[in-house]
Amino acid sequence: MSGLQIDKLSMRFDLPNGASVQALQDVSIDLKAGELLSVLGPSGCGKTTLLNIVAGFLAPTSGEITLNGTRVFGPGPERGMVFQQGALFEWMSVRENVGFGPRMKGMAEKPKREIVDHLLNVVGLQEFKEKAVYELSGGMQQRVALARCLANEPDVILMDEPLGALDALTREKMQGLVLKLWKETGKTIILITHSVEEALLLGERLIVMAPRPGRIHKEYNLPFAEMGVGQDLREVKKHPDFATVREEILSMIWDMEEEIMGGAAK
Amino acid sequence: MTLIADLWAELYAVLTTLVGAAPYIIGYVLLILLCGFVWSFIKRMLTPKSDYSSLKTVTFGDESSVSSDTVASVVSIVLIFVLWGTFTGSKFLPGFMHMPGAFEGTSSFDYTVEANGQSDDATVAITVFPTGEDVDAPAIEAGEGFAKNDALALPVYRSQLLRVDRNDTLGRDAGAQITAVDGQPIAPGGQVDVDFGVVSMTAKGTLNIKPSTGWQMEPIWLPSPEAVLSRLGEIATSGFRNSTLAEHLGFSLFRVIVGFLLGAIVGIPLGYAMGLSNWFRGWFDPIVEFMRPVPPLALIPLVIIWAGIGEVGKIILLFLAALWIMAIAARSGVSGVRISKVHAAYSLGASKWQIMRHVIIPNSLPEIFTGARVAMGVCWGTVVAAELVAAEKGAGMMIMVASKFQSTDIVLMGIILIGIIGFTIDMLMRWAERWLVPWKGKG
Repeated sequence: MSGLQIDKLSMRFDLPNGASVQALQDVSIDLKAGELLSVLGPSGCGKTTLLNIVAGFLAPTSGEITLNGTRVFGPGPERGMVFQQGALFEWMSVRENVGFGPRMKGMAEKPKREIVDHLLNVVGLQEFKEKAVYELSGGMQQRVALARCLANEPDVILMDEPLGALDALTREKMQGLVLKLWKETGKTIILITHSVEEALLLGERLIVMAPRPGRIHKEYNLPFAEMGVGQDLREVKKHPDFATVREEILSMIWDMEEEIMGGAAK
Repeated sequence: MTLIADLWAELYAVLTTLVGAAPYIIGYVLLILLCGFVWSFIKRMLTPKSDYSSLKTVTFGDESSVSSDTVASVVSIVLIFVLWGTFTGSKFLPGFMHMPGAFEGTSSFDYTVEANGQSDDATVAITVFPTGEDVDAPAIEAGEGFAKNDALALPVYRSQLLRVDRNDTLGRDAGAQITAVDGQPIAPGGQVDVDFGVVSMTAKGTLNIKPSTGWQMEPIWLPSPEAVLSRLGEIATSGFRNSTLAEHLGFSLFRVIVGFLLGAIVGIPLGYAMGLSNWFRGWFDPIVEFMRPVPPLALIPLVIIWAGIGEVGKIILLFLAALWIMAIAARSGVSGVRISKVHAAYSLGASKWQIMRHVIIPNSLPEIFTGARVAMGVCWGTVVAAELVAAEKGAGMMIMVASKFQSTDIVLMGIILIGIIGFTIDMLMRWAERWLVPWKGKG
């Protein structure tokens, strides 16, 4: 059985004061190989917890994750992760960062260099390969993070708000790059984001989560990611359906946020 | 209550000293302002720069527009040496820059004695000779009258009581009384200014001859720069207390380096263990947190009791001085690793050992370097202090022994060398830091 199955995942943790928090409740997602899923939701709805469980950094209270028929327990190289920022190794050059995964596997120098050179070409950083990562701009650093993740040839790429810290223009360019990489490599991707627009543009499937307890609120299948491949993303945004779905999801999330605020006011 | 009274008295003494020093401090500040004013005037004559900083209109309160002025640094250092030379009559400076020196050479004064209604004058010849020489009082003629002439030789910066009437025909015992010096009347307890200084009279009527000491410092308080320099040459070639200067300094440095390295070799793994394991952190936290605030100097007596004053004791002391600093630096280096870096490494397939080798250790290096810089500074201070207490060789021992023999030039030379070495160590550590961990603060 190929793809990624998330089956009835629940996560509850106990606080020091005796109370407990239900971060996730019965979350099930069945992701086919090569699908791009974006996950949206107000803060505190458990998106990041979900991603950390899939990556293997957290163990769920109940439920299980299966990748290509094998149950997942801890972190592993078949599930690559792209973080928001600050996860690059600043003591290594761009090239060493990208080559980190192959190096850990003990790959020989020559094939490793070919992979690194190829990926740096793909993300457009060929001329920066000997630079230190702290000399690059935020957008370039995220390109390095993408290339580093791809160099390891993971089956699934988990992205935790990878573009969240970038300015609007860079972000738009990077969205195009993510779409291009998804189409060219055929990887399964789970993308967590705060931006409704980004979720719509990139997600072939989209899940809106609701908080307290964290659960799946609504699921969409969207045509925009397919439309966006090889096209200007701004054209996609002009599509009438795009605006409709965006408004629908935005009001959904606003309602949730209001509920949270109301609850806090009581 | 007596304690409070005692402390108050001490505080009063301190404040009095401060008030006494105030004119000099104010004078120095005025000198700084004067130099600054002069330089800003000169700078206006030069071609104005138009870099980014000089075009800022808001500079007061903008921290980034304040940088260290190189000219000020140079002038301040030069001024210290100039002041030193001025107040010690250094040969490196032209004579007009010297403060007035102490009186040296020959002079004389007259005194008038009255006895039995008669009055007579006599002359006292004074010879003030440089310290270290031995000059006899000049032979003089006794002169006429019942008051006879006298002669006196004394070293510079000293004063001397002289019973000028001891050779007079009518002495004090015969009711003679000195009534004037150089024609100015004098009485017991009074004093008269003369050419070479001051002559005062004690309550019993003896004259006290005080040649002027001038504004220059006596070499025992502050030797001149050339005296310190020649002492440096002398000790560098012929040594001090059976060891050459290089040996003294070399032994101090050797102790610091060995002690620091041992401290780092034990402290860094200890810090890693504390950063990576609950059990080790629980075990060593109380020990490290207790030992950290104990000044290494406070351990000197115990170390001397346990290990004597030889190399072993010194190195144990420096080991202890460096150990806690390095352990704490390594611990915070490990705890400071961003969890996303560790997570990223795990997702890229790294094993625990690879994470240690490629993530945790490089991530902790900047903190360890900062710790090493602090530890080297503390070790250098501690070794000098330990040598002051007891040692066979070493920079601290050298200045302590010299101070017992009042060789202020050696003390001063030693302090300057200790400062230079400490500064060099810090510079080398900074340079190594820039070279070895260029990513410091860039995460």
